[in-house]
Amino acid sequence: MRAISFLRQFVEIAVAIAIAPLFTGWIAQCRAWLQNRTAPPLWQPYRMLRKLFGKDVAMAHDASPLFRATPYVLFGTMVLAGAIIPSLVTDLPFARIADSIALIGLFATARVFLSLAAMDVGTAFGTMGARREMMIGFLAEPALLMVLFNAFLLFGSTALPSLVEGSKSPSSVVDPSVIFAAIAFLMVLLAENGRIPIDNPATHLELTMIHEAMILEYSGRHLALVEWAASLKLFNYACMGFALFIPWGIATHGSGETGALLIAVLALLAKLAVAGAVLALIETLSAKLRIFRAPEYLGMAFLLAVLGLLVHLLQGA
Amino acid sequence: MDLFRSIPVMTSALSASALPCMLTLVCAWLALGMMGWLRPRSIRFVARVLFPVGALVCVAVAVVAGVFLATGQVPETIVLPLGLPDLPFHTRLDPLSAFFLLVLGLAGTGISTFAAGYFRSGEGPAPALLGLHYHVFLAAMAMVILADDAYLFMVAWETMALSSYFLVTSHHRIPEIRSAGFLYLVMAHVGAICILLSFGVLQGGNWHFTFDAMRGASLTPSLATIAFLLALLGFGAKAGLVPMHVWLPEAHPAAPSPVSAMMSGLMLKTAIYGILRVSFDLLHLKLWWWGLLMLVMGLFSAMYGAIFAAVQSDMKRLLAYSSIENIGLIFTGIGLSIVFETHNLHLYAALALTAALVHALNHAFFKSLLFLVTGSVLHATKTRNLGKLGGLIRRMPWVAALALIGTLSIAGLPPFNGFVSEWLLLQSFLFTPQIASSFLNMLIPLGAAALALTAALAAYVMVKFYGVIFLGQPREADLVNAHDANWLERLGLGWLALGCILIGVLPQFAIGAAGAVTHHLLNQTVRPGSTMWWIAPIAPEQASYSGLILLAGIVAVVGVTFVLVRILAHGRIRRTAPWDCGYPWQTPRMQDTAEGFGQPIRHMFDVFFRIERHLPAPDDAAPRYRVAIEDRIWRGVYRPIARSVQWLADVISVLQGGRLAIYLLYSFLTLLGLLVFVL
Repeated sequence: MRAISFLRQFVEIAVAIAIAPLFTGWIAQCRAWLQNRTAPPLWQPYRMLRKLFGKDVAMAHDASPLFRATPYVLFGTMVLAGAIIPSLVTDLPFARIADSIALIGLFATARVFLSLAAMDVGTAFGTMGARREMMIGFLAEPALLMVLFNAFLLFGSTALPSLVEGSKSPSSVVDPSVIFAAIAFLMVLLAENGRIPIDNPATHLELTMIHEAMILEYSGRHLALVEWAASLKLFNYACMGFALFIPWGIATHGSGETGALLIAVLALLAKLAVAGAVLALIETLSAKLRIFRAPEYLGMAFLLAVLGLLVHLLQGA
Repeated sequence: MDLFRSIPVMTSALSASALPCMLTLVCAWLALGMMGWLRPRSIRFVARVLFPVGALVCVAVAVVAGVFLATGQVPETIVLPLGLPDLPFHTRLDPLSAFFLLVLGLAGTGISTFAAGYFRSGEGPAPALLGLHYHVFLAAMAMVILADDAYLFMVAWETMALSSYFLVTSHHRIPEIRSAGFLYLVMAHVGAICILLSFGVLQGGNWHFTFDAMRGASLTPSLATIAFLLALLGFGAKAGLVPMHVWLPEAHPAAPSPVSAMMSGLMLKTAIYGILRVSFDLLHLKLWWWGLLMLVMGLFSAMYGAIFAAVQSDMKRLLAYSSIENIGLIFTGIGLSIVFETHNLHLYAALALTAALVHALNHAFFKSLLFLVTGSVLHATKTRNLGKLGGLIRRMPWVAALALIGTLSIAGLPPFNGFVSEWLLLQSFLFTPQIASSFLNMLIPLGAAALALTAALAAYVMVKFYGVIFLGQPREADLVNAHDANWLERLGLGWLALGCILIGVLPQFAIGAAGAVTHHLLNQTVRPGSTMWWIAPIAPEQASYSGLILLAGIVAVVGVTFVLVRILAHGRIRRTAPWDCGYPWQTPRMQDTAEGFGQPIRHMFDVFFRIERHLPAPDDAAPRYRVAIEDRIWRGVYRPIARSVQWLADVISVLQGGRLAIYLLYSFLTLLGLLVFVL
């Protein structure tokens, strides 16, 4: 029994690592279609990773050990987050390591490491990117926490497996507060993953960069790991959103073994396909905001989440 | 073998007589302070012999306190035949005081070890004086915690204030340090008066000033409120709660770094101890709005401190503001605990109090560590100005590595210790909807959001702190001569860093120690968890966290990834110049500065600041950019008070004519008045 649950855990980690670049590629493909461009093939991110792993690392003379360690730390934290988030099954041995609040902390650890690495070489762009990334981070965290507060009010837990099982139980009806929370979560997801309207992952203009400015100094296998970690982060956020708001298909306690797992994989792929298309649509329809509009944007996410909370509390009153 | 067999016997003997042991250790500190006079001019003797022995005494204090918390927990009292006739000193050791002595001992060990390597000859005051003040300071803090009557408490409290004042003004030849010391002394005494008055109310009319009598006194709610508010004011002034925080960013940078570490890491905790002693132990009733008041003040202080820390360009001022933030978080936890307790949610009250206590322990570790780091940086570079630092990770790898641990801990990142207490605090906020008051229900979740904002801002601040000091290019040419800390300093830093990691990875022990306190004060404990791997304060399916497995998981994935990358790809590295964006004339001055890093905060939270900015004209030949950020509270509250005190003094000084005849006339009139009064 125990071995099987560890096997499930392993499958989930492997799926996360393998699918994450595919998800990024799918969003890029959808975006190209929507913008009337010829789309790159779906496996373009894998090609890029292979190319980068093959290349030499060109590293600045003064780069410190912190700079060299950071890509591994980023990849490590993101893989671990993928192990904790129930994307396929809820009965995971690792899921209890961290509840969703601790998961935010884990993402924050990755963010701080990347920002420190960006400041390491001492170029102007790296530090600027680090500053902006940390700014987005502290604006996004209260909004995200309010979303989790909302989930806690509904299901009495901050542990993601319990949330999934709670929202899948037949007795639960869709609470109106969930809709507010879901929109807030989507806004935070866009901001935290460096997507339009906060940051543009395809930009080539240093002054408007956030994520890209921080990783300017990385190359070769280090860059590959950073990019892979970024894909994993997006994938993890998407799976967190699925677990919170659309948990259909995730195999829970006591459901049949292989069949349920197969359904879970198919459901995950379907949800990712839809989510990728939606993200691409949002990014196509909106323009990038000026950096000092970011507080307004994330403030709105926060207010929506609080509104959801108040709706729930008023319903109860 | 016999040694191991005798350990249980020893611990049981120790737990039965923990208070005598503790008092002996306090005397040992005092003796060490005095021993400096054996060789008053020898920094080698004072720093290299007395300070390490002092560190060993700290270890002993921590061990005694730890054993007491783990085994005995039965309060012990001793009446010392000292003090005034008919007013002997009462001392008492209970779980609350043992917990704070544990904090004092654990963090004090690291600080004293570091201090042994830090003080150099030719700097600051005479070595014997330094050793005396330092050890008296430690002993006074311990006596504040052990005191069981108002008299001893105030004596110890004043001794603590005075000894730390002399330590702050070590470099008293610098005018700024003198004025910082004066401000500190004034605020310390305003606080002390409030505490004294609070004790005056607490005795409840029976005029016995032992804490036992105060526990028995029954106060009306309005009198209890007065006592509580006076205590909040007094201890808040010591802890640096906004708006009584003004001395903190002045006094901490002025002091030598080990002293800053002691003040921030340990002395502020005595104020936390004091407020806990008064509100949870001495007062027999609590009102819910006290908790709300503390919660609001705490959250405001936390945000205020974090915002101001983000715009500082002096590294020790930055840490001082960050202390205000952390103290705010601790007060938030205590306030939340009172709110829960008054609504009969005892388990959640224990959870919030546990969070506050564990945060106090954590703060002692990481803030001491970072203040000591600034000491090493100061020794190596002679500057506190962030604008003149940079790139020290390559010159001071030891200090940089240990500082990184402190930075990640204080930023509240898993798997380090700062995260554990912030997580516990957020968990306790989650239960606020169960409070049977819809007003609080709606208000307090916003508090949780403020908490999240503060925690994330703290991460911002610490990225600035670490990035500007240790990363990037050296901003001044002579930074290439910076040297790493010596081995005693490294040992002290290493001890504190180890504590940050261990509490983060195995928080069960810290939570268990805090549990003894909550059991004593609230008759309720949170279980750390069903097994030693997880902490699950309320229920495992509700929320759980495991720092140990988290750390092991990250290390394992990183290790496997590293090996796989090496096997499947390669390990080649080519060193080149950094990407210059087509502009090859970049200098270290073109890096982002500390001010630049704080700019978004200045922009977003400009209501908090009073900013004076001087921008150069575009055609200025020698452009100078100057920006000064002032605390609005200083200008809005303290300046008017200072001015009115000055005015009052001027008015009263009319009496002081300077002629003997007039003074004799005053005496005569006074006597006449008294005669009329008596007759």
